[in-house]
Amino acid sequence: MKLANFRFETDADGIALATWDMAGRSMNVITPEVMSDLETIIKAVAEDAAIKGCVITSGKPDSFSGGADLTMLQGLGVEYARLVKSKGEAPAMTYFFEESRKLSLLFRALETCGKPFVAVINGVCLGGAFELALACHHRIVSDDPKTRVGLPEVKVGLFPGAGGTQRVARLMQTGDALQMLFKGEQIKALPARNMGLVHQVLPKEAMVEAARDWIKAGGSGVAPWDEKGFKLPSNKVHSPAGMQIWPPANAIYRRETQGNYPAAQAILSSVYEGLQLPMDLGLRVESRYFAKILRSTEAAMMIRTLFISMQDLNKGARRPKAEPAASLKTVGVVGAGFMGAGVAYVTANAGMNVILVDRDQEAADKGKAYSHKLMSDQIMKGRARTADREALLDRITATADYSALAACDLIIEAVFEDPKVKDEVIRKIEVHIRPGTIFASNTSTLPITGLAKSSKAADKFIGIHFFSPVEKMMLVEIIMGKKTGDAALAMAIDYVRGIKKTPIVVKDARGFFANRCVLGYIAEGYEMLLEGVPPAMIEAAGRQAGMPVGPLSLNDEIALDLGLKIMKATEVQLGPNAIDQRQKAMLVEMVDKLGRMGRKAKKGFYDYPEGAPKRLWPDLVKLQPAHLKPEQVDMTVLKNRLLAIQALEAARTVEEGVVTDPREADVGSILGFGFAPYTGGTLSYIEGLGAARFVAMCDALAKIYGPRFKPNKQLREMAKAGGSYYAATKAA
Amino acid sequence: MAEAFIYDHVRTPRGKGKADGALHEVTAIELGAQTLRAIRQRSDLDVGLVEDVVFGCVDPVGEAGADIARTVALKAGYGKTVPGVQINRFCASGLDAVNLAAAQVMSGNKELAIGGGVESMSRVGMGASGFGIAVDPSVAIDTYFMPQGVAADLIATKFGFSRDDVDAYSVQSHKRAHAAWEKGYFNSSVIPVKDINGLTILARDETIRPGADMQSLASLKPAFAMMGEQGGFDAVATFAHPDVEFVNHVHHAGNSSGIVDGAAAVLVGSKKAGKAMGKAPRARIKAYATIGSDLALMLTGPVDVTELVLKKAKMSLKDIDLFELNEAFASVVLRYQQAFDLDPARLNVNGGAIAMGHPLGATGAMILGTVLDELERTGKQTALITLCVAAGMGVATIIERV
Repeated sequence: MKLANFRFETDADGIALATWDMAGRSMNVITPEVMSDLETIIKAVAEDAAIKGCVITSGKPDSFSGGADLTMLQGLGVEYARLVKSKGEAPAMTYFFEESRKLSLLFRALETCGKPFVAVINGVCLGGAFELALACHHRIVSDDPKTRVGLPEVKVGLFPGAGGTQRVARLMQTGDALQMLFKGEQIKALPARNMGLVHQVLPKEAMVEAARDWIKAGGSGVAPWDEKGFKLPSNKVHSPAGMQIWPPANAIYRRETQGNYPAAQAILSSVYEGLQLPMDLGLRVESRYFAKILRSTEAAMMIRTLFISMQDLNKGARRPKAEPAASLKTVGVVGAGFMGAGVAYVTANAGMNVILVDRDQEAADKGKAYSHKLMSDQIMKGRARTADREALLDRITATADYSALAACDLIIEAVFEDPKVKDEVIRKIEVHIRPGTIFASNTSTLPITGLAKSSKAADKFIGIHFFSPVEKMMLVEIIMGKKTGDAALAMAIDYVRGIKKTPIVVKDARGFFANRCVLGYIAEGYEMLLEGVPPAMIEAAGRQAGMPVGPLSLNDEIALDLGLKIMKATEVQLGPNAIDQRQKAMLVEMVDKLGRMGRKAKKGFYDYPEGAPKRLWPDLVKLQPAHLKPEQVDMTVLKNRLLAIQALEAARTVEEGVVTDPREADVGSILGFGFAPYTGGTLSYIEGLGAARFVAMCDALAKIYGPRFKPNKQLREMAKAGGSYYAATKAA
Repeated sequence: MAEAFIYDHVRTPRGKGKADGALHEVTAIELGAQTLRAIRQRSDLDVGLVEDVVFGCVDPVGEAGADIARTVALKAGYGKTVPGVQINRFCASGLDAVNLAAAQVMSGNKELAIGGGVESMSRVGMGASGFGIAVDPSVAIDTYFMPQGVAADLIATKFGFSRDDVDAYSVQSHKRAHAAWEKGYFNSSVIPVKDINGLTILARDETIRPGADMQSLASLKPAFAMMGEQGGFDAVATFAHPDVEFVNHVHHAGNSSGIVDGAAAVLVGSKKAGKAMGKAPRARIKAYATIGSDLALMLTGPVDVTELVLKKAKMSLKDIDLFELNEAFASVVLRYQQAFDLDPARLNVNGGAIAMGHPLGATGAMILGTVLDELERTGKQTALITLCVAAGMGVATIIERV
């Protein structure tokens, strides 16, 4: 038997062991070659009378497989587009449908070959790989803490299209199945067994033997759903029980996705329709939805940004290759306030030692106490043990002694955002650190080039912009000052990768990237208020467009006085025309006259009653100079405005060179401020619509709502030339 | 075009739609058959003249399945020559059945037909026939499917009706229905349901509570809050109506229509048929209309369909003496009243489904009869009958005494 990616051996008892071990890869992945190997294995097991059954496992020490190669699916899309042009829509679609369900048919062939298959899993087994396991007749996973099974496809705009929806929905109650498929979570061994996803949890070493024993004991090569008299876990779809499940499931889909994620809806339909059919037809219906979703803009954009680009950035795509890998054992964090304390926690959590310094011991201790609190919360949730907390706290040294910083490989300064304070602290730190140590300043507003002037080594000085709260936000902006050198950039990227966050590299310009885009979102909310749009509709438009919260809510979270402060400062610096005076007047009324500063004041655009959900402040309408009736407001226009205003700002940052790689603008906008993930990010949103269409839409908006919607020159030219941000980068 | 006239109508009393309701022991077929027997007896009708029986039934499964209209006609002894057809437009089915009977007469295709409906909610159960539009994701999501109670709460929130407003309306419904019974307004049309020995099983509507007041209603918890909040339907409501920040849940069993068992039948024919029967027509079916309306509000169709039916009849609101709107939920009636700025003294003057119950497939025919009796009693001329319908529809009929 010729196999490229598996070892195959049969023991004296006639039990075959197929060990998946791809050469030159740290993790197995499903490719056309792997599929071909599996076909050979299935055939051999089925036809060889001497083989009783087969155990499938991985030859990799820490993982089973991460699933299907998404670029293989992308390639299918390219081939489809080519065939549409050369042969026409119908033959192209036939080809696409048949190809896109090959994996599903392969797994079904395994399931129905007549001999029992057992999946033996250690480490991650996700997506298509877990669908392979689900097609096996018995599943054993290791008790290793790193073992994870799951179907995360929905997170990249896809859904399990190789039988996942059908088998999961036949293994557990429909409500639980839908929740699992919707969430796409990675599930640990014991919960997986409790959910009925796997049959046994065993120590690694014992698994293959247990699998053999199961086959020897007469384990059945017929899946439960292929047995006569099989009953669905939640009974029939059209039943009183079904009436309790499906209408809320449909409504919850709307609530959780605002109707923006066709893959999630396809999960619902695949399960709903599939459960009313025998397995083979259920699989075919699933395939029909899969072929449709695979061709959707949402899937294309989400795969590109949330899988491929994110992986690239996490691997350090922007790292100067010539620089040697940093040895990062100890990181100095100066300033133990809210930001500094968060930085200390994420750094220690990544296994590095932290020297946490503040002006006195008490302040430093308080910063360290934050890590104690966060770890205690984890313990309460069962996600960590007391020993983990103690080990993490042991890695953090809280002190008021700056000389302790001499031990550090990297310094992160996170003191109060005031140029004078920062200047003093930078000088004070540099007295103690080793020469050549990279110095990172955490700031959201201050230019790095300016701060670097306080440093003796501007080439070793760099900006790192953490988002708040540090432990939750996955994005870090790395800011290049004028003189920042490659060593500093390499170190910053190595550090951010080390704490398992995603870095984007931006130029030193006002607001950097993320904050600049999101401010436009908030300001557009003001504009709508001033136009007289009912406040509830403004908020709904934000959510329906795919943003995590409405613009007024976001403003309440950030605090209105902060916005007013920035506005006033801009006015002093750049003159009264630099800001919108009507917006300022409204903020002055809210902040200075009414004290409605936002959530922290328990009143802002919303009221925050104790123990009850927040509600829009009823008198907000009285501050509106005009009032529109709901039927006069077009929600589509509101949604377009709220997304376009951010995308336009992102396009401007590209033209200005603040962001140089479209992957960073897209990933950064989703991780940094939750920009509608189904679009693939700010630039992919433009490309998903088509640049020309986007420009036309913005021109039309500019005519009605003002010049802020005018597309910048580069974007306009790109649209005219039929270009794209990604094509331009590839060419360059 | 020929004209269609109403010659007679009857209904059963409405029995509580549960196992302890008085009509629970009576099959749906028998319930329907008793109305047809009454139509026959009251006019000494030659049933051979009846060319069709159109019956509304919303859950036509189990004993109510397999064309209950034909089954009922056969059981009532109408003989093999009288055909029957069962129809379903949810809550308006009974009125639609009358309209379809009338349409056959108006078209000249038939001279005499019966429209009516039957629903044994205690025996068959609401939703027993399945609910594709609610469960199939490929349609439920796009059509903003919500349980009706949540839609009624959305109407109350959007159009500004408080818990007190809806409760007050409910109190009025019970008082009006009770008063109408006390004064005998229903006597000429409600037929007692009897057993095979002629013993009366139920003679009066079972769910009226003359003592209902604001205090007693205030103690009831909102019935659709949990469904709205945990079931996700509030999010559907506010998505479809983004001007509504949150849904105020005001409806409960006390201000929503009751689940009951009941049947009704209306005898509809041409002038010629009247002569053949030797009967004078009581009213003309002047116009009818059906419409699709906002899906999420679901139950505001009566407003839209009223405008349409008035246009068809070339009439205006002031040409209508009495309005009869099915009391599916209090907010449905309050919204209707608000939309047309109607005097409450012209609307549901003898109470409605909140007090007496709503046997889904039969109600439309029942309330048409109720308002015709009231026109005759008060010497008025015209009435408009309308019902809200699931999946966002509305049906209306205008009748005029002759």
